[in-house]
Amino acid sequence: MDVVVCLKQVVDPELPIRDFAVDPGTQRQVRDGRPLVISTYDENALEVALQLKDASGAKVKVLTLGPAAAVSEAIRLALAMGADEAIVVDDPRAPELSGAEKARTLAAAIRRIGPTDLILTGCESADWAERVVAPLLAEDLGAACVTFVSRIEAGDGAPLVRRLVEDGHHLVEVRLPAVLSVTSDESNRPRLPKVKDIMAAKRKPVQTWSPGDLTPASAGDVGAGVEVRGVVVPERTSRCEFLTGEPVEQVEALVQRLRDQKLL
Amino acid sequence: MPDILVVATAPDGTLSRSSLELVAGAHAISGPLGLGVTAVLLGSGPGLVDAPQALHRHGVARVLRVDHPLLTAGESDAYLRVIEQVARIERPEVVLISADTMGRDLAARLAWRLGAALVTECSELASGDGAVVARRQVYGGRAVATMAVTRRPAVFSMKPRSLDVPAPSPVAGTVEDLTVEMDPGDLPTRVRQVLREQSDVGLEDAQVVIGGGRGMGGPEGFAQLGELASTLGGAVGASRPPADSGWVPLSWQVGQTGKTIRPALYVAVGISGATQHVAGVSGSRMIVAINRDPEAPIFSVAHLGIVADFREVVPPLIAKIKELKGL
Ligand SMILES: Cc1cc2nc3c(=O)[nH]c(=O)nc-3n(C[C@H](O)[C@H](O)[C@H](O)COP(=O)(O)OP(=O)(O)OC[C@H]3O[C@@H](n4cnc5c(N)ncnc54)[C@H](O)[C@@H]3O)c2cc1C
Repeated sequence: MDVVVCLKQVVDPELPIRDFAVDPGTQRQVRDGRPLVISTYDENALEVALQLKDASGAKVKVLTLGPAAAVSEAIRLALAMGADEAIVVDDPRAPELSGAEKARTLAAAIRRIGPTDLILTGCESADWAERVVAPLLAEDLGAACVTFVSRIEAGDGAPLVRRLVEDGHHLVEVRLPAVLSVTSDESNRPRLPKVKDIMAAKRKPVQTWSPGDLTPASAGDVGAGVEVRGVVVPERTSRCEFLTGEPVEQVEALVQRLRDQKLL
Repeated sequence: MPDILVVATAPDGTLSRSSLELVAGAHAISGPLGLGVTAVLLGSGPGLVDAPQALHRHGVARVLRVDHPLLTAGESDAYLRVIEQVARIERPEVVLISADTMGRDLAARLAWRLGAALVTECSELASGDGAVVARRQVYGGRAVATMAVTRRPAVFSMKPRSLDVPAPSPVAGTVEDLTVEMDPGDLPTRVRQVLREQSDVGLEDAQVVIGGGRGMGGPEGFAQLGELASTLGGAVGASRPPADSGWVPLSWQVGQTGKTIRPALYVAVGISGATQHVAGVSGSRMIVAINRDPEAPIFSVAHLGIVADFREVVPPLIAKIKELKGL
């Protein structure tokens, strides 16, 4: 089974809000001097792929689109976790591209990689969170699509995947090739690389392509005609009333407030 | 020719609430842009007989109904095929889809197939200078982006629970039944099993939600929250770490990735208040935070704060409410 995992590098989403700023020129988050990490759910997607590798010897390639100089750390981590090889599409404009533009380029890169059974992405990115990359890749590549998958239940033949829905899960049978977007659960917590894996990762192949090496599909870009007019950080005015005293007093006060508000 | 096509779903025979939220979105842009509104109603079963009335009651006169046994919960490929066929015939300028679990699969793929512009996970729609203007949260709820779309057709997906169901404004309506041909063997994905999680009160409809975070320390803490919720007739939700750790079902997660809720009362217990969590609860009428760290960011969005260990506050709170309710 050939698996490609799409990884994206983002500014650490756990960064305190005081370190968050938007560049008025690009309308995107300021990256300078901020720590960069693999986008949260992309790591879960990689873990799902690595479990397929552990179980049935799948070959796992990671694919990332970004300024090559910046993404090298993310790639090294992915290889140390157990990916077999990496492909970087070196595009300095990547952080400003829409999800649709990214999907177009990633699809073109996957076509160049060659036949792939399974393509995994995170269910949403930790920055713009459009949730479009997986479904657009599926269309572009003519593959099946399931979003918000937490597990692959059966690996051979037509896989059965566990997909998160409003009131539980569906087990969905998927024809290959397929694109799955992955959400986190207890079964796919990203593994930590061991020291020997970190050393071994240095010898794994990394290819760097430029967007010009790729041929996007002729179909149009769904991101065209969509303009970001502004990105605004809403002001938060704190209005919290603290209930003081011993726990019983706090509880008394809380219950009183709730009754005043007709919430009890 | 419909100008705005609202994709209304009734996978279990009853019209989903999110379909009516889309009607609110459609009304926000139809007047200023001079566009009419049509709903395509997809589902299966006898419930589809009454479902159009709910749409008429909320101001949508024209309903196109598609009743097909494959249009049941989770069969997103079947939904996609039918919506695509209808859109090719109707040629709408704007398509509105809910970003619920099925819509998350559908919106982008439909846009791709129709050669349409796309904005997903919107929380607000408006119009200006002939463009549809959408707002959406970005960067884990730290910021709000305004997107203007001039291209047509355009597909928008709306985050569930961002818009209120519009007030009733009944119109005399028509229902056109459409038939579609679909061979189940053609669908690349099929639901094989439905694993439903039991809960007494649906999280998204509950008027009271008790949310627990990593501070609960494990499933036992959630048992206490369950008791508190049931004395209040509410539901339990969670931040991401308890869902990821398997302390509670994944579908209980509230926030950017999880559910958006708008209860009258939200009580956040042992939750730090990361923007990704707050993104899903900020529409609550009253937010109460119980956290032992006085610096926790949750207190900057809460109306009432209790700085304490939850173990010292939750049991007496349950006892007090039981006493008041005579339980
Ligand atoms: C792309 C992305 C999407 C995300 N989506 C979501 C989402 O949908 N929902 C979500 O919730 N998070 C989401 N997150 C995660 C989010 O960033 C935070 O990591 C998460 O919300 C933290 O959960 P928490 O507050 O429960 O845990 P923590 O941040 O660890 O906070 C625990 C709190 O409990 C308090 N505490 C500890 N013990 C006690 C005690 N005994 N009594 C009282 N208080 C106690 C502590 O003081 C602390 O404030 C997302 C993150 C990313 C990157």
